[in-house]
Amino acid sequence: MEVAIEAQGLRKTYPPAVTALDGLSLAVGTGTIFALLGPNGAGKSTTVRVLTTLTRPDSGSARVAGIDVLADPVSVRRAIGVVGQKHGSDPEATGRENLVLGGEFYGITGRELAQRVSEGLERFGLVDAADRPAKTYSGGMQRRLDIAMGLLHRPQVLFPDEPTTGLDPEARVDMWREIERLAAQELMTILLTTHYMEEADRLASELAIVDRGRIVAAGTPEGLKSDLKGDAIHIELAEPGDAEARLALERVAEIDEVALDEVTLDGRTLRARARDGGAAIPAVLAALEAHGVRAASVTVARPSLEEVYLRHAGRAFHQAEIGYGEVAA
Amino acid sequence: MTALRQTWQVYMRGMRVFRRQPAYLGMTLFQPIIWLLLFGALFKAVTKIPGFHGSYINFLTPGVVIMLAVFSAGWTGMGFIEDINGGVMDRMLASPVWRGALNAGTVAYGAFMIAIQTAMIVLLALILGADFKGGVGGVLLLIVIASLLGAAVTSLSNGVAMLARQRETLIGAVTFVQLPLTFLSASLMQGSLLPGWIKTVSKFNPVNWAVEAGRSVAMEKTDWGLVGSRVGLLAALALLCAMFATRAFTKYQRSL
Repeated sequence: MEVAIEAQGLRKTYPPAVTALDGLSLAVGTGTIFALLGPNGAGKSTTVRVLTTLTRPDSGSARVAGIDVLADPVSVRRAIGVVGQKHGSDPEATGRENLVLGGEFYGITGRELAQRVSEGLERFGLVDAADRPAKTYSGGMQRRLDIAMGLLHRPQVLFPDEPTTGLDPEARVDMWREIERLAAQELMTILLTTHYMEEADRLASELAIVDRGRIVAAGTPEGLKSDLKGDAIHIELAEPGDAEARLALERVAEIDEVALDEVTLDGRTLRARARDGGAAIPAVLAALEAHGVRAASVTVARPSLEEVYLRHAGRAFHQAEIGYGEVAA
Repeated sequence: MTALRQTWQVYMRGMRVFRRQPAYLGMTLFQPIIWLLLFGALFKAVTKIPGFHGSYINFLTPGVVIMLAVFSAGWTGMGFIEDINGGVMDRMLASPVWRGALNAGTVAYGAFMIAIQTAMIVLLALILGADFKGGVGGVLLLIVIASLLGAAVTSLSNGVAMLARQRETLIGAVTFVQLPLTFLSASLMQGSLLPGWIKTVSKFNPVNWAVEAGRSVAMEKTDWGLVGSRVGLLAALALLCAMFATRAFTKYQRSL
């Protein structure tokens, strides 16, 4: 595999004592779509800021398109396109003016620039809105303008940071198609960040789960899911007394008929993993019943990225997001 | 060449806002009138102070030109803070654009605003009976001098904006500096009538350098020695401030 992006042991702390990156390493193959998946505050955006030369790590090294980001940031900037989390377009300028401004910043001028600007407007369906100020654009149009600006200088590597946050479902699907097209037809390397499991699952040929500034798992979405070895069983207990719940945990863990793994209790939710979830349910329910513990609901889930995250980060994805919110507030 | 083109693009960003927001344009044009009329009326009696010579409108015009240059240039950094909040700044810094152009473009835009405001003031002053001994050339030089001071203030404002990143901090810094700098100078009061300590302080005040030089080129028999030294000082200051602003980008990126 030819490597387009590689990072080794990136560390970065913000004063007074926030560790954003805690020895993060990754490698992204040329022409692939690579997703950094994780809750808000996990370190995804900081990773992108380091790789796009916006900031420097405290320690560690990184190369993008074969160029060292610390030693030669200007060359890296020429080789990459950045689509930030916030809109990078000047709201007072029109779509066309924004593209011209962006192009000039990369040293593209004259007829060459004019041609690329009209190509960009056409390709992203902005021809009619080309001469309207960007502040009048809808969310989807803004995002398309952002991508058009990121592509104008024909970068080898594109960094979309949370590309579909805030988009309606239709615009989101459009964005996914465009990203897939860029990788497939233009052999562009794309490193995107997302906190949508679904997005990483659908788009990424490879993904890395980021948690607390490190990568806790990496691989193809399929590979990561099959590593889970089996289905997840969730049982909501009807009487959530502490004693009953602990009893239920012990009973389920002792079942011999089916092989259960990773039996855990989280509040009133009992979780377990079985090679064939559907077949294990009757035995589990029977064991609970025999000891007077009632189940309110039972679900069996095929392996999902949600499950992958839970396993590697040691907590549920939505809880990590909530936790971040509390810290941030 | 590339640096010039990029500076031009940044300058055009400012011009677009100026052209497309009529309220902004109107305020820019009418602010000078208000200041000149207000101060003209308020300080009319100073001509009666023993030791004051000449007409007050002749005296006041260059003072108001310089004061307005400081006032309008001081707020330039607000644009950078909006760029930071809107994601525009990060996008620009992730491109290979020459950092100096991001500052120089706003300096050029500031100079344009100063030129327009100065023209308004001069027109009004002519109506009020001012006598520009320096002629058209003197007025043009006055614009150059005001722009040099404006360039220093613009860069300073940009630099502070990049370091502080917050409107409140910039507003605090600008208001803290603007009025004292204006009043610790001969902008509104003849130098020989200033209290001793203010006279001493004003020797180190760039606003006073600009007022002295501006008054000399536009209204009086020009003292080229004085003008040359003040312009030299202002140019050096503008350069120093531009270096500070450009360095502030690096500081800002460190903190990202």
